[in-house]
Amino acid sequence: MSATPPVISAQNVWKLFGASPESYLKSMPAGRSFDDIRADGYIAGVADVSIEVARGEMLVIMGLSGSGKSTLVRCFSRLHDITGGTIKVDGQDIMGLNERELIELRRNKMGMVFQSFGLLPHRTVLDNVAFPLEMRGQDRHDRRERALEVIKLVGLEGREEYFPRELSGGQQQRVGIARSLAIEPDIWFLDEPFSALDPLIRREMQDEFLRLQEMLGKTIVFITHDFDEALRLADRIAIMRNGAVEQCDTPDKIVMNPATEYVAKFTEEVDKARVVHAKGLAKPVNGHALEGAPIDGGATIHELARVLVNDNRILLPVANDQGVVTGVLEREAALNILLGAD
Amino acid sequence: MATLSTDIPDTSSKTWSRGRILTVLLVTAFALILAKAVGILPDWLNRIPETMIPPTAQVLDAVFSFIQNDLGLIHVTRFIAEGPLEFLLDTSANLLEGKRRWPHLGPIPWSAIAAVAGVVGYAVGGWRLAALGAGTFIWTAAIGQWKIAMQTMSVIVVAAPLAFLLGLVLGIAAWKHRGFERMLKPILSVLQTLPFFTYLLPAVIFFKVGPTAGAVATITFAIPPMILMTTLGLKKVSPEVVEAGQMSGCTRWQMLRHVYVPAARTEILVGVNQVIMLCLAMVVLTAFIGMPGLGAKLLAMMGSFKLGRSFEIGVTIVLLAVTLDRMSKAWVVKQPVHFERGTPWWKRHQISLIGLGLFVGFILIAQIFPILAEVGRKQHLSQGKEIDVAIKSVLAIDAIKGTTEWLRWFLNVKVLIPFRNTLLAIPTPAFILMVVAFAYWVGGRKPGIYAAIFFTIVAFSGWWDRSVITLYTVISAVALATMIGIPLGVVAARSSRWSKNILLACDTAQTFPSFIYLIPAIMLFGVNDVAVVFSILIFAAVPLIRYTIIGLSSVPPEMTEAADMSGSTRRQKLFSVQFPLALPTMAVGFNQAIMFAFFMVIIAAFIGTQDLGQELQRTLAGTELGKNFVLGLNVSLMALTFDMAISSWAEQRKKRLGLD
Ligand SMILES: Nc1ncnc2c1ncn2[C@@H]1O[C@H](COP(=O)(O)OP(=O)(O)O)[C@@H](O)[C@H]1O
Ligand SMILES: [Mg+2]
Repeated sequence: MSATPPVISAQNVWKLFGASPESYLKSMPAGRSFDDIRADGYIAGVADVSIEVARGEMLVIMGLSGSGKSTLVRCFSRLHDITGGTIKVDGQDIMGLNERELIELRRNKMGMVFQSFGLLPHRTVLDNVAFPLEMRGQDRHDRRERALEVIKLVGLEGREEYFPRELSGGQQQRVGIARSLAIEPDIWFLDEPFSALDPLIRREMQDEFLRLQEMLGKTIVFITHDFDEALRLADRIAIMRNGAVEQCDTPDKIVMNPATEYVAKFTEEVDKARVVHAKGLAKPVNGHALEGAPIDGGATIHELARVLVNDNRILLPVANDQGVVTGVLEREAALNILLGAD
Repeated sequence: MATLSTDIPDTSSKTWSRGRILTVLLVTAFALILAKAVGILPDWLNRIPETMIPPTAQVLDAVFSFIQNDLGLIHVTRFIAEGPLEFLLDTSANLLEGKRRWPHLGPIPWSAIAAVAGVVGYAVGGWRLAALGAGTFIWTAAIGQWKIAMQTMSVIVVAAPLAFLLGLVLGIAAWKHRGFERMLKPILSVLQTLPFFTYLLPAVIFFKVGPTAGAVATITFAIPPMILMTTLGLKKVSPEVVEAGQMSGCTRWQMLRHVYVPAARTEILVGVNQVIMLCLAMVVLTAFIGMPGLGAKLLAMMGSFKLGRSFEIGVTIVLLAVTLDRMSKAWVVKQPVHFERGTPWWKRHQISLIGLGLFVGFILIAQIFPILAEVGRKQHLSQGKEIDVAIKSVLAIDAIKGTTEWLRWFLNVKVLIPFRNTLLAIPTPAFILMVVAFAYWVGGRKPGIYAAIFFTIVAFSGWWDRSVITLYTVISAVALATMIGIPLGVVAARSSRWSKNILLACDTAQTFPSFIYLIPAIMLFGVNDVAVVFSILIFAAVPLIRYTIIGLSSVPPEMTEAADMSGSTRRQKLFSVQFPLALPTMAVGFNQAIMFAFFMVIIAAFIGTQDLGQELQRTLAGTELGKNFVLGLNVSLMALTFDMAISSWAEQRKKRLGLD
């Protein structure tokens, strides 16, 4: 992953809301807190965020409502103009784009899914999905063909002629997903796509989403305020609070080594055994004498429960998916996690 | 002012100064009145002396003539009038009433139009609207009013789309540019209170007499609500829909065309409904500048006291109004429904095809049966004379005659004339102080200041006495309407079935062109002050009843239940729970009643009043544009004074009760 340049790279990004944010930011002394800024009459939607998203990665941004998740993502797509810092998409500074270039970028590279769907009420499913294609002037037959293809992909075949209000919430979000995929974007933004849905439907949509991602392998920035959802989906999780990113790491690390107290509080309730993978907990081999069959590094501690309990080795070798031993797992430590005793 | 007699709680620090200001205002006013009564008031304090009145009208005339002639605006407007607008009007007139102009195709047989109206009604609202649509046009043809109805319609079909387009464009501009919106807002509120006669004369002068002037005045009158609804709708488009559009790579134009305007569809269509209704109401009134059509005929019939024909024309106008209103409203709520995939082309467009088929079919059949093309002079079913006789004989029944005559005598001698004389006897400064005190008491500081400015302008316009007479008519009519409307509303609000029916009746009555309300007034009371007050009264009672019901029935049930549980009687519940909560809403109705009254009082000039309306109507015959403007502005300023005070009261009150 580190070999290819990042798809999105944000450096010290600020987004302030208020009367004249640019000049305020320029004159603002370093180290002003969120509350200081608020006292000055501004809201720090995004505060000094530096983050990179690698190609093919799924970055999940999470945080409580009002923590700045949506604002950050809207800065990535330049739905908001940022107040300070730089954002590069594929190496290109998006604040330097003119209107035309920005439109081209969105027409060809970006797709976005919204919490309350953002469907156009007067258009059928087919016309909603074909909308981005229509906007870029694609020929009628082509866009119809492509739209039917994505509609099928999200499992809405046979509903092409329906209007949004004739569909259930889950189905409407499928339309939103299909629309965002119609232009075959490289980067896919999803702003709490399943938060408005019932828990059962949400679960189903998450599975569906994982299936799609497996197939398409897009670069994804996914917002949620639901930690379980984040854990299910994420390659990396960025936890936000008051506009700033508190920690951005793999789920294992976030759970095992919370960087701040706030993050620790977030992870408190989580069943760590279901999150932490053997390879995440493993230590380097470092000359330990290892014996016996290695365990699968990609499995969670929970999945390894039986082995952990029945085995009596002190140190277990951990192998990657090619079967090469890459580390050692202390059985004691793993059992502690399994039993929730730390 | 019965509805407003509850006091306004103050913030404690202001109580003292508020009460004091009110006292000072009223005591000064009273002192002036007293001084006049004992005869020590100098004349210049009673009425502003002629010499001090600025020659506003003449100055305005000079300004207008400068714009018109020296700047050459007249050429521009005349070009529009004689060019595109006249062309459109001629075309519609040819198609609908057979005027000898291009394209020389008309008139379209009435049966074909009735059939299309039926199909359109079916498409938007099913069989009931189909029957209403077709029925209205069949009635119009059968009663022998086809030609005049089409004269009216031919202006509407041009004016309404133009008003729609202009309103849409201006609405979009106001939404895009805040500065433009801020500039437009006050102009719109003046436009909405300006009497119709004030639109008519400039239209005549700048756009030459005839259909073009009528159309221009109508369009100007119908635009404001379209602008407001457009801006409102665009502002309400959900941010996510907007972002979805942006992320789809829309250009600015695509955003507007494919995202904003369609997403604001409902509000825009409500605007369309209002445009159509205002156009109808106004086209009827263009009778006052001699435009032929339903209005002119009604005016002529009422003028010669032919009550039967007046009644029939009234029915036609009402039917047209109800049809246009119901159909456009049905269009607002109509949501698209999908066709199954693979539905053949002709099936998707079934209704359009049937409409087209019937249209062509009836045109062809009408060639064989001429009665389907045109109902001739001898063939129509008008019962004008018989109805006339019937109405007059009913009115001549002793009991009815006795009642109306007693009412007329009582209102005139015991109520109206004394009230009028009292108002006229008040010295101008005292009158202004009293109005200011009222506005301040009701609405607070800002309305008070505006009241002072506005009424001072009226005083210096040189038309004080006539303005007072206008005001007297409005106040008397609204006071009577309040005494009738509010109890009616209260009674109706007790049962949900009654509420529903009466609300429906009120909604329907509000779609009638104001002109219609003159018919019963003249029938019952003849041509005099009582008829004027009566016509305003029924016109103004409608919003009062309507908002009383709405206000009372929107009181949250927890509150009334709480009152029931505390053992209040029905009366206690009404006065201590329902009224206080419903008052802000009722105030909106009261405000509307006053605005309606100002509108109607000018039209009632036709019956013969001595107020601003009469003078205004007189200006229509000439070219005194300046005078016309001064008179119109007086009406507008007085109306705005009340509007500001009452709306501000309702808003403050709502906020305080947490009703928003
Ligand atoms: N357009 C705006 N104007 C002013 N403040 C805003 C705007 N958009 C967002 N904010 C503020 O920025 C903060 C972050 O909001 P948001 O990014 O929507 O949070 P989240 O998506 O995490 O719930 C909130 O305090 C919100 O009130
Ligand atoms: Mg959000």
